[in-house]
Amino acid sequence: MNLEVLIEGWFFKVVLTVLVSFIGVFLGLLYKGFDRKITAMMQSRIGPPWIQPFRDVKKLFMKETIIPDTAIPWLFNAAPIVALVAPLIALAYLPLGPFGPIMEGYGGLILLLYLLAIPAVAMAFGGLASGSPYATVGSQRELVLMMSYELPLAITAVALAFNYETFSIATISSEPVWNSVGMMGGIGFALILAALFAVMPGELSKVPFDQAEAETELAGGLFVEYSGRNLGIFYIAEVVKMVVVGAFLIALFFPYNLSSLYSFGGPEINGMMLWNVIVDTAFFLFKLLIIIYVAVSVIRVGFARFQINKASYFYWVPMTIISLLGMLLVVVGGAA
Amino acid sequence: MDEKDGEETTYEVPIGPIHPALKEPFLIKFKLDGEEIVDADPHPGMNHRGIEFMGMHRNPVKVIPLSERICGICSIVHQHMYTTAVEHAVDIVPTNRARYIRTIMMELERIHSHVLWAGVAAHEIGFDTHLHFTWKIREKVMDLLEKISGNRVNYSMWTFGGVRRDITEDMHPDIDETLDYYLDLYDKLEDIFLGDPSIRHRTKNIGILTEEDAMKLCGVGPTVRASGVKKDVRIDQPYAAYGDLDIDYVIPSRYDYEDVGDVFSKTLVRLKEVVQSINIIRQCVEKMPEGEITSEPNMAALLNKLKSAEGEGVGRIEAPRGEAMHYVRLVEDNEDVDCWKVRASTYNNLATYAPMFLGEQIADIPIIAASIDPCIGCMDRAEIVDVNTGEKEEYTDEELHELSVQKTERMLGGIDE
Repeated sequence: MNLEVLIEGWFFKVVLTVLVSFIGVFLGLLYKGFDRKITAMMQSRIGPPWIQPFRDVKKLFMKETIIPDTAIPWLFNAAPIVALVAPLIALAYLPLGPFGPIMEGYGGLILLLYLLAIPAVAMAFGGLASGSPYATVGSQRELVLMMSYELPLAITAVALAFNYETFSIATISSEPVWNSVGMMGGIGFALILAALFAVMPGELSKVPFDQAEAETELAGGLFVEYSGRNLGIFYIAEVVKMVVVGAFLIALFFPYNLSSLYSFGGPEINGMMLWNVIVDTAFFLFKLLIIIYVAVSVIRVGFARFQINKASYFYWVPMTIISLLGMLLVVVGGAA
Repeated sequence: MDEKDGEETTYEVPIGPIHPALKEPFLIKFKLDGEEIVDADPHPGMNHRGIEFMGMHRNPVKVIPLSERICGICSIVHQHMYTTAVEHAVDIVPTNRARYIRTIMMELERIHSHVLWAGVAAHEIGFDTHLHFTWKIREKVMDLLEKISGNRVNYSMWTFGGVRRDITEDMHPDIDETLDYYLDLYDKLEDIFLGDPSIRHRTKNIGILTEEDAMKLCGVGPTVRASGVKKDVRIDQPYAAYGDLDIDYVIPSRYDYEDVGDVFSKTLVRLKEVVQSINIIRQCVEKMPEGEITSEPNMAALLNKLKSAEGEGVGRIEAPRGEAMHYVRLVEDNEDVDCWKVRASTYNNLATYAPMFLGEQIADIPIIAASIDPCIGCMDRAEIVDVNTGEKEEYTDEELHELSVQKTERMLGGIDE
């Protein structure tokens, strides 16, 4: 069996998916450590060392997992797993730096949008299943918030699909959007990108859109009854989601590779030059870092938590209008 | 849950006894309709430590350091009230220099308390950046307090007839530097807490206490001054050196704001009081008279005097949270404090919760709860427990009234006392 056949085979895909999952978890925890450190520095604190998220997970997995008497056990236990699996699957559908999507051809943008929505739903169901009034309120808020930010997200998908006439992520990321449209379309996509940056903290439940957890109001909200392994899985799910949303933004709007400007050469493996792959991977990680820094750390430091009705209004009205305007410009600009 | 036309309309959420929105054990039962609050019912009695009982088994001097432990933030306040109550009972007059030193310490503590509160308020609305900022600048006044008294929190400065440590000339540059530090930072603080749109969103027109409600519910301190009520013990019934100083009520309308009584006004009043405190300390440092720091330097003689002392005394003060009071009774055949009663400002302000919470959202619970700057440790002074069953009881307004009527009847009949 030669290399080409092996790479096309299903077994290799499975191995790759597992590998990418582990890399995703590792990167997520790493970036979480970075986010915590940089946030602390911006708040003139010292902050935890970058390795802290790894220690947190280790500790959570060692602790007792308590299932409250009022909970529905199977739903309560299933929620964290579903919340983790969905973003891990999404990783397989996203181009990561120089590598194309593992599951290329099996699903595109629409599938990704659903996979991004699943963790929020799983968290809400887990909260409702735990039988605590705080968790119930948290779950309601999570669902309200999800319904609010999904619209700008969906508009993004429509605008992109219109522009490229396909839902395939690989096709969209093969050519940066900014090159494919004129001046007007460029402004349109810039508006959509701004709306997406506003969606990101909501998607990741970070201040100012952390109403579902809201420590001072709901004592952790939908996670209030979770402990031990279940909470650890939620923790990992959250960090993987951060990587997925970051990679999603990169794939749609910043799919640049340094090797397209200058080839670094190196031994060739399966059509890719080794040095190019290394440089592009490093560049991808750097882009991810910048996106997480802007969309998570900076926003988290600069805002107070919104009330849920104001957060919902923020997504439904200003962000929807901005992204609709963006789509309009893309459509008009594309036709011209 | 309430059932109405077969539909669930409201549900109950308890906030407390242990909850991140509250910094101390306390329980408020909320009735909610969706995210809206339709009823709030505070249940104190979770943090009773029996400090007054402990005090009644010690001699009056030993109670001074104990009285500080009532509160972790306004420790000077309780020390001052207790000391002045005993001085009142035994007719000890503090020296003039001590009055000024006490005033400086109390105002430094007010700065400390208000800056700390601002940080807590920011945390309650999810703005941790400002929590860290305000708590960082709070260190400066704590350093000064440590420099003067030797301690950062419980200062142990007071004694009957004066204070135990002097504020000497060589400390003046440090005091000046600290006050300048806060004046320089004040603009930034105001810009953050009164100017930041995301904070204004969370504080403007939230948790409104009208002037009428404030008067009716007997609220005290910045909580009611924010509603435009001119109420400040420092001016109404001056103690320590306040009678000699130039000082005015801090209410929003003095600074071209409306006396709304919302969280925003309360923030404003507290921030302006920081400036007022700086001003008061400057006046005190300038006017400080020469002389002894205590009128009772001989501890043995003082103890002897207190042993056989007889009398009742009251100490009143405008604490950072509002008016508070201590009552002390000494009797001749008891060398310990015979009776010691503490009433902290939070006790009054607790009643103002009810109108402030109504109609607001769950998201506003923490900031409204924090807006009166509650100190549960100060406030929880009584708890009724059945010794045999260990069960707690709560008395209503009518039951307490009935009990006091019965007591009066017994006293009139000569059965009691």
